[in-house]
Amino acid sequence: MSVHDRTTVDGWLAAMVGPLTDFVVEHPDTAFIGIRRGGVDVARLLHRRVAPDAPLGELDIAFYRDDFGTVGLHPTVGPSLIDFDLHDRALILVDDVLGTGRTVRAALNELFDFGRPARVLLAVLVEREGHELPIRADVAGHRLAVPADHYIDFDAAAHEVRIALR
Amino acid sequence: MSLPHPQLDRDGRLQHFLDMDGLSRETLTEILDTAETLAPVGERRVRTVPLLRGRTVANLFFENSTRTRTAFELAAKRLSADVLNIDLVSSSTAKGESLLDTLRVLEALQADMFVVRHPQSGAARFIARHAAPSVAVINGGDGQHAHPTQGLLDVFTIRRHKPDFTQLVVVLIGDIVHSRVARSDLAALSILGAAEIRVVGPRTLVPADVTALGGRFMPNLDEALVGADVIMGLRLQRERMQGAAVPSSGEFFRHYGLTRERLSLAKPDAIVMHPGPTNRGVEIAGDVADGPQSVILEQVTAGLAVRMAVMSMVLGNRAASNAA
Repeated sequence: MSVHDRTTVDGWLAAMVGPLTDFVVEHPDTAFIGIRRGGVDVARLLHRRVAPDAPLGELDIAFYRDDFGTVGLHPTVGPSLIDFDLHDRALILVDDVLGTGRTVRAALNELFDFGRPARVLLAVLVEREGHELPIRADVAGHRLAVPADHYIDFDAAAHEVRIALR
Repeated sequence: MSLPHPQLDRDGRLQHFLDMDGLSRETLTEILDTAETLAPVGERRVRTVPLLRGRTVANLFFENSTRTRTAFELAAKRLSADVLNIDLVSSSTAKGESLLDTLRVLEALQADMFVVRHPQSGAARFIARHAAPSVAVINGGDGQHAHPTQGLLDVFTIRRHKPDFTQLVVVLIGDIVHSRVARSDLAALSILGAAEIRVVGPRTLVPADVTALGGRFMPNLDEALVGADVIMGLRLQRERMQGAAVPSSGEFFRHYGLTRERLSLAKPDAIVMHPGPTNRGVEIAGDVADGPQSVILEQVTAGLAVRMAVMSMVLGNRAASNAA
């Protein structure tokens, strides 16, 4: 297992702040949406640094995953929390790790059931290789290649990113 | 002879939903939590989720029921399933053979789920046993046996107002013996650990084995209401009564009708429930049914969320075990 410590992760977050701030300046109605669970922690950190007054929502994609037919219903943490109208708004969609792209596809589908956003920017702390869909991050704190049998986990409490064998 | 319960697989996961038998507190809580997550879907711009897209749900109704059928239909549609409503009331006296023929036809139409409402107790279990293995069966009420999704929506509604079941005093009033709702409520409340379930009604309408069902018989409504957190009226089911179980509606109301005066005997924050349709002036006074303590319409809305939860969990569990 390898660990990227607090200082390293802070550097990755800092690298995201610039481009995200530019986006918010260009689109003053921007809202942040974190994908549960890891994405919500990253979204909170970015929201605080970039635009603390912007609306912040949480998306639970359990009902939109594409593996219902093979693994069934995923345990749910609770309903998505979006208490603002995202119709015609600019959104920063945040996840901790972008891998296959399937989570983001599900998140986009769910977002559109809340309304039609004007634009969506995808921001992730870590973008890894292994895409299975034509989905890429607009803003990534760090890009890396890890073997397919490894997972990447952002631990918000420790402020660390861990990489280990599944 | 004791067969393994047909609604659970070897790991205790729901494959059908027929009654509360064999369900653990964990399973019930999981259903309620899933329903809680699905409930806000009804508040969104798009009121559907894609979970059951491409699946077909057939409502098999051998008994009239606009409410339950509509609730199941809407729940399935909110999960993006295709829905067939099959009205079998006209052939409700059909013999076993023709029932099985009906099942074969629907299986040939590739239905994934049957929602069954039937006047005979045990019908849902019978159909689950005889349906193709690929078909999940949900009991939408069978005779006097069970109406488990109603039981679920009742405990769902209770939990929203009174989250701690272990502190709960519940009063069920009226026609218990004919009520599959009462049976499912007693079972669900017992599984969730309700502190006390008082059962009130004329002795002719209370089953002899009410203690075994988890209830405590109390002949006097006023006494039973003291300290109550939840008061549940039940419909007088005249269509199922043989002979004079109740002298008259007026007489029933005088002894067991829930009036404002009686309601004041319960805890001030007690909630009033009724599975509907309500007979105003028989089981419940109109001003209580419409009053601030009534959650009768909340029960209806809750019925969508719990049915969505059950349908998606059952079909999800089956998908997972087929893929494994």
